[in-house]
Amino acid sequence: MKPPPFDHHAPETLEEALDVLARTGEDAKVLAGGQSLIPLLNMRLAAPAHLVDINRVTALDTLEATAEGVRVGALARHARVERSEEAAGVLPLLRAALRQVAHPVVRNRGTVVGSLAHADPAAELPAVLALCEGTVEAASAGGRRTIPAAEFFAGPLESSLRPGELATSAFFPAPPARSGTAFAEVARRHGDYAMAGAAALVTLDEDQRVSSAKVAYLSVAATPLVLDLTEPLGPRPPVTCDWAAAAAYARDRLDTDEDIHASADYRRHLAGVLTERTLRAAAQEAL
Amino acid sequence: MTFGEPIARREDPRLVTGQGRYVDDLGRDALAAAFVRSPHAHARITGIDVDDALDVDGLVAIYTWEDLDGRVGEPLPLLIPHPALTHGRTAHPLARDVVRHVGEAVVMVVARDRYLAEDAAERIRVTYEPLPPVVGVENAVNASCRVHDDVPGNVGAHLVQETGDVSAAIGAAPHVLEFRLDIERSASMPLEGRGVYARWDADDGSLRVYSSTQTSTSVRMAIAVKLGLPANKVEVIAPDVGGGFGVKIVHPWPEEVLVPWAARLLGREVKWTEDRREHFVSAAHERAQVHHVRVGFDDEGRLLGLDVRIQHDHGAYTPYGIIVPIITSTQLLGPYKPGAYRVEFTSLYTNTVIVTPYRGAGRPQGAFCMERTMDRIADELGLDRTAVREVNLIRPEEFPYDQGLIFQDGRPLIYDSGDYPEMLRRIKELIGWDGFAAFRAEAERAGRRVGIGLACYVEGTGVGPYEGGHVEIDSSGRVHVSTGLTSQGQGHQTVFAQVAAAELGVPIEDVTVTTGDTRRFGYAVGTFASRAAVMSGNAIALAARKVREKALRIAGEALEADPRDLEIVDGVVRVKGNAAASIPLRTVAVLSNPLRYAFDEAAQQATQFAVGGSPDDPPLTGEPGLEGRDYYSPPRSTFAYGMHAAIVETDPDTAEIRILRYAVLHDCGRLINPRIVEGQIHGGVAQGVGGALYERMVYDAEGQLLNASFMDFLMPYATEVPRIETGHMETASPLNPLGVKGAGEAGVIPGSAVIAAAIEDAEGIRITRMPISPSELYHLRLAAASGVAERTNRAGSASPS
Amino acid sequence: MTREISLNVNGVPRTASAEPRRLLSDFLRHDLGLTGTHVGCEHGVCGCCTVLFDGEPVRSCLMFAVTAAGHEVTTVEGLGADGGMSPVQRAFSECHGLQCGFCTPGFLCTVTALLRDNPRPSEDEVLEGISGNLCRCTGYQNIVKAVHRAADLIAEERTDR
Repeated sequence: MKPPPFDHHAPETLEEALDVLARTGEDAKVLAGGQSLIPLLNMRLAAPAHLVDINRVTALDTLEATAEGVRVGALARHARVERSEEAAGVLPLLRAALRQVAHPVVRNRGTVVGSLAHADPAAELPAVLALCEGTVEAASAGGRRTIPAAEFFAGPLESSLRPGELATSAFFPAPPARSGTAFAEVARRHGDYAMAGAAALVTLDEDQRVSSAKVAYLSVAATPLVLDLTEPLGPRPPVTCDWAAAAAYARDRLDTDEDIHASADYRRHLAGVLTERTLRAAAQEAL
Repeated sequence: MTFGEPIARREDPRLVTGQGRYVDDLGRDALAAAFVRSPHAHARITGIDVDDALDVDGLVAIYTWEDLDGRVGEPLPLLIPHPALTHGRTAHPLARDVVRHVGEAVVMVVARDRYLAEDAAERIRVTYEPLPPVVGVENAVNASCRVHDDVPGNVGAHLVQETGDVSAAIGAAPHVLEFRLDIERSASMPLEGRGVYARWDADDGSLRVYSSTQTSTSVRMAIAVKLGLPANKVEVIAPDVGGGFGVKIVHPWPEEVLVPWAARLLGREVKWTEDRREHFVSAAHERAQVHHVRVGFDDEGRLLGLDVRIQHDHGAYTPYGIIVPIITSTQLLGPYKPGAYRVEFTSLYTNTVIVTPYRGAGRPQGAFCMERTMDRIADELGLDRTAVREVNLIRPEEFPYDQGLIFQDGRPLIYDSGDYPEMLRRIKELIGWDGFAAFRAEAERAGRRVGIGLACYVEGTGVGPYEGGHVEIDSSGRVHVSTGLTSQGQGHQTVFAQVAAAELGVPIEDVTVTTGDTRRFGYAVGTFASRAAVMSGNAIALAARKVREKALRIAGEALEADPRDLEIVDGVVRVKGNAAASIPLRTVAVLSNPLRYAFDEAAQQATQFAVGGSPDDPPLTGEPGLEGRDYYSPPRSTFAYGMHAAIVETDPDTAEIRILRYAVLHDCGRLINPRIVEGQIHGGVAQGVGGALYERMVYDAEGQLLNASFMDFLMPYATEVPRIETGHMETASPLNPLGVKGAGEAGVIPGSAVIAAAIEDAEGIRITRMPISPSELYHLRLAAASGVAERTNRAGSASPS
Repeated sequence: MTREISLNVNGVPRTASAEPRRLLSDFLRHDLGLTGTHVGCEHGVCGCCTVLFDGEPVRSCLMFAVTAAGHEVTTVEGLGADGGMSPVQRAFSECHGLQCGFCTPGFLCTVTALLRDNPRPSEDEVLEGISGNLCRCTGYQNIVKAVHRAADLIAEERTDR
């Protein structure tokens, strides 16, 4: 299991990186943390002619937390974001989800934006971005654009980034006031990709009644799936909410697949259980 | 005395500082081999086109079956023939015309490094005509197609053993049950894969091979035969080996023949380091078996007749014979008296990776079978599960106990010693069996679902035919011990040193141990079947006793004392009760070798000493040197045993399964090093947990292995293995001088049995297949709710919902 | 295709030439001769190849040597000071935290960083900390013990100083 040959490019500035990407186009892959890409290369399941290694573009190693949300640069490692008290203060969900990303050693190297760009439907961060209605900032030699999460995840392992484009940062908006979030997943082993996972965002109105409830799922669809569960829940105070009904409502709207670890039915059942668990926890946090 | 002490391992300072030397750490300048392997489970090779590979920079050679000359092109040996194995078949080192499993080697590539070898391998185009694959026991039995054209029904072997009249016994029994039990495939999966590194010395006409093997002596013999070399021109060394667990006992692997062959042909060093994907699809698996049980018993649960029919999936070839189903057949009985017993197995070909022993080697399946049967009987009669076991246990006064069968070594299955009822009492105490009802009631009040299970096993260890040991004390007083069998992490350099130090009366610091190096010891069988401590431990003890005897004789002459009045303390021979009259062993070593030439100070002493009394006697008595060699060959195996108990919790919503407690009682006779024995048990239990809850080889109907990576073949991490509580008993074996029994495999054996029992107890639903995943448990619950899956009779009390 | 790659390994500047696709694990083992770092899966799951990269544990099979150029790498060979054993190495030996020794270098690097960042980890923190490293021999029981023991040894060293 040794990677096939490729031309290695090690730009030091964003401009250089975009220049190389413009020249190499579809034949290029961007290497950041490499925790998903390098296994594919080692197994020779991917064989890009060019590898654009952005690890020297230090300008992309950024993390900003403001009242509006958390902006993560393309070179910020999972571990850095996970440890950031500022980021956790703005969006606790981010830390909760990051703690479920593989194992600590992988998080030392893997990047948040890389994980988003990899667009694995079983990954945690795409679900979080989708739930928060975040965005990905893409740059190319031709300009920049901001891609909403709902458009960014195009299919399994497929983002809407175009050849020549580099995802330079991602923005995770802070939840509205009187909101709570929760994350839960069930994996075969600790640190494995989840058989199913859910991230919930519950917002209360001024009378402490549920005004909005959304759950984003991982491992249940080809892309991170967000369901709006406000209808079966609101507008009621959390103590009187019928969480099980919301879970049933969600289950009815999920079309799951089987793999060697979980049947389609079990996966849907699990998504239902996690819907209930995360909604309860998020509502609790919102109170 | 260090025998019996939990001393720290002597290999560790090297291994924790990165100074270990595993095969791939050697031969930095060697050429690298890679293989083109079959992507089909069953296909005829119609063409091999290497043209595109030829311009890969650094390519040295490409070989197909056509290129293999002499005996190298012949099928690999069938290592363990058996009269019941009527249709044994083995593979060619490179596929000749038909491939019979995904991963079978078709083309060998040699290049400057492994990257380039893979580049070339990727460009070689092999064309195939696909043939229908046989996957799984059911398909093999149906035999609508064949794995080997000349093997009707895909049946490689069929064996029946019977003691007593089972039909009559079951026919007359007041209670009869009949059911089916399944276990799926797992694998040894050492973290270091296989590896072979060969150096040909053209001037000397000799070959040195390093292999990550569990049997260097036998690899040597196999290579010598295949390459047409005298054995004394072949050296095989097992350096540090990164785990074996059974898979590395198979030999010669195709690569163990091909790599040395290519090294000789090319006149260059060649190395092959197996990668993980190769290990999944081209090494070996184990465990897959289907068991049909029919059992008759009395009102107290006493076995009257037991009839077991086994279907064993041995994969595409049978290089290692039918050891696994033979072991299941015989070891299934565990610590019990079965009444009349009949066991029949059919060993079947499938288009999958070969099946050879993985730690436990058929015993986990046997224990699963017997222990599930015990639980079933208890449930049927409404008795406590330990009470049913109790009435069936062999009593301490019944040893030696003859089970009336033939064991894997071809010898009678006679248990040598043990106290099973005492162990049952102690395991119940350790896990808190009698207090569990209260624990469960409390858990149920909190909405939690828990269950308890228990499983027993007996393990034949230390199978023959023999091992040897060599002990030599040099003129600096250092003791060099060697034995031919190999080490893969069992701490042999420590325990064998403990044995030698105790026998010789020397500080353990003075003892060094070499294993698995044919340059040091050429005769050996190998490391498997929990045999190293029993076989080499005793051989080394016997060799050390010879050396001791010789040392006392020579010292007696020097001290003018009767050897019977001498003792050895801290490396010094002295007259008992007169510490002043003494001579260090290093001086005895000098004296043992009367020299003509004084090349150093010690030798000078030897030429000056006039030992041997009368000038008319020859100066040398016997052989020179303070060394001895001896062998241990047991009449039959010695039987260790143990009992495990576990408490599990199942999540009522997610069906996740968590082991809350795991307790082990174990008796492997006298302990040489309790810490190392405990470590062996820990590792075995973790593999048992893996086999029960996580690990399985998933083949699709086309014979593709769907989870050939560590991402999807789920070996437990630290987060998946519970804390293991252990207790020991020490019933010495009467069969060998040290009174020891084997410990290597024990921990894994009852894993699936005990966890299945605990889950069944928690859920009140019968568990008949292992491993079990949360997804499967979820479906089992649905099936039970709709009446499809069977509930236990005590389901009401077992489950809160 | 090959290029000179320089990095600091175990405090020593090292240079060797390799292709850009050379994995850091292979570079350390085969180009620099530091074979203490082991390779168990080459897809980032087993953790045998874990080294410290600028002080943080990473999988060396999931990094190219060329990416590591100019950085600092510590391998198992560099954990002990002055050729001796580090407290973590001593603890693994004392507690029988290894059998075949193949996964051990990865554990040692991981645990060294874990205890640097968290000198008194709880049982759960230890399990989480080593959860990305597979061991097929020990069942992890004595590895967990060794982590706690190493924490003791490090604390003792601090007091002694």
